[in-house]
Amino acid sequence: MSDIIQQFWRAFLWSDGYHFSGVAITLWLLAISIAFGFVVSIPLSVARVSKNKLLAWPVWLYTYVFRGTPLYVQLLLFYTGMYSLDVVRNHEMLNVFFRDGMNCTLLSFGLNTCAYTTEIFAGAIKATPYGEIEAARAYGMSRFTLYRRVIIPSALRRALPAYSNEVILMLHATTVAFTATVPDILKVARDANSATYDSFDAFGLAALLYLCITFVLVALFRRAERKLLAHLRPMNG
Amino acid sequence: MFLDGFGSLIMAGTWVTIELAVMSLLVAFVIGLLGAGGRVSTNPLVNAVATVYTTLIRGVPDLVLMLLIFYSLQIGLNKITEALHLSQIDLDPMVSGVLTLGFIYGAYFTETFRGAFLAVPKGQIEAGVAYGLSGWQVFSRIQFPQMMRFALPGISNNWQVMLKATALVSIIGLADVVKASIDAGKSSYRVFYFTVIAGLVYLALTSVSNLVLMWLERHYSTGVREAEL
Amino acid sequence: MYKLTVEDLHKSYGTHEVLKGVSLKARAGDVISIIGSSGSGKSTFLRCINFLEKPNAGIISLNGEAIRLEKAKNGELHAADHKQLQRMRTRLAMVFQHFNLWGHMTVLENVTEAPIHVLGVNKDEARHNAVRYLQKVGLDERTYNKYPSHLSGGQQQRVAIARALAVEPEVMLFDEPTSALDPELVGEVLKVMQDLAEEGRTMVVVTHEMSFARNVSTHTLFLHKGLVEEEGHPDQVFGNTQSERLRQFLSGSLK
Ligand SMILES: Nc1ncnc2c1ncn2[C@@H]1O[C@H](COP(=O)(O)OP(=O)(O)O)[C@@H](O)[C@H]1O
Ligand SMILES: [Mg+2]
Repeated sequence: MSDIIQQFWRAFLWSDGYHFSGVAITLWLLAISIAFGFVVSIPLSVARVSKNKLLAWPVWLYTYVFRGTPLYVQLLLFYTGMYSLDVVRNHEMLNVFFRDGMNCTLLSFGLNTCAYTTEIFAGAIKATPYGEIEAARAYGMSRFTLYRRVIIPSALRRALPAYSNEVILMLHATTVAFTATVPDILKVARDANSATYDSFDAFGLAALLYLCITFVLVALFRRAERKLLAHLRPMNG
Repeated sequence: MFLDGFGSLIMAGTWVTIELAVMSLLVAFVIGLLGAGGRVSTNPLVNAVATVYTTLIRGVPDLVLMLLIFYSLQIGLNKITEALHLSQIDLDPMVSGVLTLGFIYGAYFTETFRGAFLAVPKGQIEAGVAYGLSGWQVFSRIQFPQMMRFALPGISNNWQVMLKATALVSIIGLADVVKASIDAGKSSYRVFYFTVIAGLVYLALTSVSNLVLMWLERHYSTGVREAEL
Repeated sequence: MYKLTVEDLHKSYGTHEVLKGVSLKARAGDVISIIGSSGSGKSTFLRCINFLEKPNAGIISLNGEAIRLEKAKNGELHAADHKQLQRMRTRLAMVFQHFNLWGHMTVLENVTEAPIHVLGVNKDEARHNAVRYLQKVGLDERTYNKYPSHLSGGQQQRVAIARALAVEPEVMLFDEPTSALDPELVGEVLKVMQDLAEEGRTMVVVTHEMSFARNVSTHTLFLHKGLVEEEGHPDQVFGNTQSERLRQFLSGSLK
């Protein structure tokens, strides 16, 4: 194991000498896709629970398709699939975008986690205590204020446990990025494996790094839950 | 046909995917029951082993574990065959896929079953004991059937996640539906089209499982009054 | 000049007519109690007043200004002007049976919410007023940063009353404000309501507390199967009951 550590520690953590790699790339993939998923899922989840079928139905279809197929297949579609199309290759901007593994990876990760997050938030919105909505109406809140001040803040808090789970699952899902040549932790582990044939150590080290990141995320979310879900805990909590 | 003569390849791949998913489910189910037994066990050693198992496995990405277990198993096997002066035996990707997926998702099933186990009211078990049922009878006739009702949503969820995780096994060389579509796409120069086909196959599989699971949930919830919303 | 008038209100759920023409007039300082057996339409009537339920017919006006309505396809009346409805609603503050406090907001946030985000009062002023109203309902600063779920039912209902006071309403609507409370907590809420009545606030109170209706209110309305069966000054209604149904109701509830 010390061989691999000596030779690859820098690549495992942040740089292979030329580019960012390892933990840095994994965290980057996670942060960008989670941020995209979070921001976009809020309007989508509101549309998803809307009584207006024209709004709700397309969102339902989107989450159904993206949650019903593997992320790996989605990545293949956006990476190798897209670039095999003449329309994409012959279009200047599309060509530039889809040629880059990182772009395709971020796009597919973002769309994937957004679909799951949308369903989580939509479920939480549907679980808003009806009396709280009624009180907001009775006090003259407009629809927009009702969503902004009551429904969404209360739903996001309630969704936190499920959402933290989604973030952890997304961290784990970032491992398919190496198939699009993105140099994340697992890519470095594979390189280390082919260089040393020491599979157990190479992948074991990667496993250890993922485990640490998972534990840190879990701890962060626990703290956030303690703070943001105080109102759901019994007295003196 | 619309699959350009690759129909049988895709069908074969689909079949491999289903086989892999179902066999892994069986393995994971059994490991899950054993693991849950360990998690609720009063024996501190058994309990610790089960806890370490679920914590470690659920903390590491399935793909990393897959590669770790697959390559390490092969190397271990090579060492054994070398020591015995036999020729190298290559691990069958199906067998190692089933074992790996089963081992990984066994940890998720452990947690599902543990929760379900704890959700069965104590009074149910006490009533069984009070009417003179043996320990095994209490488990098989009272605890297990009631537990399954609580476990079913978790089982559904784990199954759906595992079904999609089978796609990763193509990375270690199994000729599943993903591998079949990649090959078909390359030979026909229609990569996009065949990737969509792979997606549709998964969509069909997850949709069918949804229907089956919904039916099961209705079946297992007999004797439970649902709150009308 | 009446503060609040409701004329000939009708409301049906499907084919079930719950309100068959109910009217009410309240002058400034009136405390109108609405009594009646369960299912007689009391809550529905109160909720129609600030449009939480859409009536099928009727006129609701505040200080002579009627809520502008238009008929929808399903026969219900809809507010024709949402801005007007929102403005009218802040002048009619509702206190609910189950409090309906916003669970993710602290006590202070619950009370400042509508002033800041509906009326556009600035934050400092809203906070200053909130403290005043919370003190008025007998809550001290130890509760201000707590969440509703960490308070007793009586405290929660008093927060809800402070929330209503904070929008400085013309009329306060109460829907059985004490019936979700443990018996020993009813008194503290009734006391607050009595203080408000004595201050000269205009209130419409649906209640099962006959002593409140009898001793605090200025006018009592007995609702039976969606119609006003008897109404008048409480001395009259309770002391010289005319209708047989009200007599039965009172003997049942005073048992
Ligand atoms: N949302 C609703 N849908 C159908 N019927 C309703 C609804 N709300 C109330 N009702 C019916 O209207 C009648 C009056 O209810 P309500 O106003 O709550 O009575 P009260 O408050 O006097 O007990 C009852 O018969 C009740 O079943
Ligand atoms: Mg009522």
